[in-house]
Amino acid sequence: MTEPILSARGLNKSFGPVHVLHDVDFDVYPGEVTALVGDNGAGKSTLVKCFAGINSIDTGTITFEGEPVTISDPRAASALGIEFVYQDLALADNLDITQNMFLGREISRMRAFLADGEMERKARETLASLSVRTVSSVRQQVANLSGGQRQTVAIAKAVLWNSKVVFLDEPTAALGVAQTRQVLDLVRRLADQGRGVVLISHNMNDVMEVADRVAALFLGRVAAEVQKTDTSTTQIVELITSGRTGDLGLTAATANEVM
Amino acid sequence: MSTETPAPASSPSLDKPERAGEFSLDVEERSIVGAFHDWVTRLRTGDPGALPSVVGLVVLGIIFMQVSSAFLTRYNIGNLPGQGVYIAVIAMGLVFVLLLGEIDLSAGTAGGMCAALAAVAIFDGDLSNGLPTFMYWSLVVGLAIGVGLAVWVKAWSASVVIALGFLLVVTNLTQHLELALLAAICIGTAIGVLNGVLVAKVGIPSFVVTLALFLAWQGVLQFALAGRPVNTSNYDFWHNLTYGTLSPTQSWIFTLVVVLGFLAFTLTEALRAKAAHLTHDAISLVLLRGGLIALVGIVLTILANQNRNPNERSTLVIQGIPTAAVIALVLMIACTLALKRTTWGRHLYATGGNAEAARRAGIDVVHMKVTAFALCSSFGAMGGILLASSQSSASLDLGSGNVLLFSVAAAVIGGTSLFGGRGKPRDAILGALVIVIIPNGLGLKPSLGAQWQQVITGIVLLLAAAIDAVSRRRARRS
Repeated sequence: MTEPILSARGLNKSFGPVHVLHDVDFDVYPGEVTALVGDNGAGKSTLVKCFAGINSIDTGTITFEGEPVTISDPRAASALGIEFVYQDLALADNLDITQNMFLGREISRMRAFLADGEMERKARETLASLSVRTVSSVRQQVANLSGGQRQTVAIAKAVLWNSKVVFLDEPTAALGVAQTRQVLDLVRRLADQGRGVVLISHNMNDVMEVADRVAALFLGRVAAEVQKTDTSTTQIVELITSGRTGDLGLTAATANEVM
Repeated sequence: MSTETPAPASSPSLDKPERAGEFSLDVEERSIVGAFHDWVTRLRTGDPGALPSVVGLVVLGIIFMQVSSAFLTRYNIGNLPGQGVYIAVIAMGLVFVLLLGEIDLSAGTAGGMCAALAAVAIFDGDLSNGLPTFMYWSLVVGLAIGVGLAVWVKAWSASVVIALGFLLVVTNLTQHLELALLAAICIGTAIGVLNGVLVAKVGIPSFVVTLALFLAWQGVLQFALAGRPVNTSNYDFWHNLTYGTLSPTQSWIFTLVVVLGFLAFTLTEALRAKAAHLTHDAISLVLLRGGLIALVGIVLTILANQNRNPNERSTLVIQGIPTAAVIALVLMIACTLALKRTTWGRHLYATGGNAEAARRAGIDVVHMKVTAFALCSSFGAMGGILLASSQSSASLDLGSGNVLLFSVAAAVIGGTSLFGGRGKPRDAILGALVIVIIPNGLGLKPSLGAQWQQVITGIVLLLAAAIDAVSRRRARRS
């Protein structure tokens, strides 16, 4: 079995008196889609923000490619090659696709003048490498794109920087059937190209379709981390709602205690 | 061209080399027809660009030709730049702030105050003689604080400019006219940094910050002038900013530099992109566009270089391109390059379009806001200087009244959106032309009073704002 590219051991995080994460262990493997599931308030966002450098961690370690790392701010995360695609997309409507993909990291000459041609070429290469067929021009304004196309651009933006791990927060929320299909294909392709992908989702269909492994959070604890092939939708739903299912999950004692 | 993709061998993208043409709309070469088609598409998807202001200019022009035969004379048209340049320059500064979805109501009075300080400096020898002692030292301390604030928000170029102003003021170099005017612009930069810090760091809405300062600077101006306006037409350099012209030879040199520069710039860009197999405009399109601009430039220069003094008995020869037009054009070219070709400009558009996206992309939004406000007030100071020149006086109400409102109107009429994210320096020039042509045309028929001027300006502004709102709605729907 391959080594995880990104892993957390014994993460604890409290906001004042509220203990949000309890000894969380979490692994992301290269070439695999890891689904991170859990009910609202289970701690998914908090965990992701710890990797993004938005939240500091109280105790625990994060290792990236086998080395222990501290991620103190969002720039440190992107410097390591960890990228985040947020639910609300974070695209500027008045700019075109290329400009959005390079936003904040423009290629420039003499540190001031934009090298637009170079950026246009790289944007096209990245979209092509993801086999994106739904975007007809990299010079299109983002304002004129559909929801699925916008999500595609947001994902391509994360991939552009040779990222090794990509976190996707609810990428198919608010998308139609066909567009969800396109985005899920894209998520699969990211992993097939060797990246570690974390899919945060409430949608069990999406999870069962693209994920290789599933990590279920229950009230700040990891209830279980299982291979998708060893589990079923029913089991995952039970893990999310009660923290345990059959032999899997938290012990009855722990689950009752935290309830 | 087959581009190497960074993907591993399992990637489906390596099955077939991808190239630009795979993106069906990314035609590599944009022909003349294609460019026209793109323009129509932009119109339909809610980006009318310069069309409304150009149509407005033509309609107003036709109306005023009926009103008075003196309207479309070379003498009258030659006066337009001098009459309107202050609006164009202040509006150009406002474009930076409007792009962020903010507003600077104080640009006019701040600019008027800066110009008044320059006037006091040269009238009384230098600033330390001209100003009351308390005010002089307040100014010195204010500039020092300005440098500190600019450094704090990492606006390095603004801090250098303000530091220059500080040096000019404390070394009393403000006794020289040109340096006094330069110091006025530097003081404008400091005011802008203050606006920006109050808006972006302290978090007061820009409308309130600049409304408060709009009132305050009017009072400071009266302290500075101490009740006596300064006649600026005594100072040739200052007077000629709006009344002067280039000599015919200089006019030709200016036109050729601008036209050939534009042609060479766009042509090398298209050729370079063509060599690299990127999307580019067809050479025929580049030549057509450059040729049209060259034609307009050459015709205007020929017209400008003839004597346009309408008084046939007068020996005074008025010829050459008005200096005011040169100032406006040079500033417009510089601003356009800064907005379109630099990372700073790209970040400004992004911050105006979606501040949260910009922040997540690692853009320092506070820095962007402060630099935009700094530029706006610097342009305000230039506008104040030009206004004093065109009304021949640093008066007690310099830059107050309708100056700022006309400038905002100019930017909006030109096509800059009040909601942020859309606008160009060119908008300011076109809008200022519309604004200034109204009093100019009406003034030629004294039977039409000033009341008409305000009503018509108001209607034109309302039309422009309506076009902005409607096109925004279309852009959202498509």
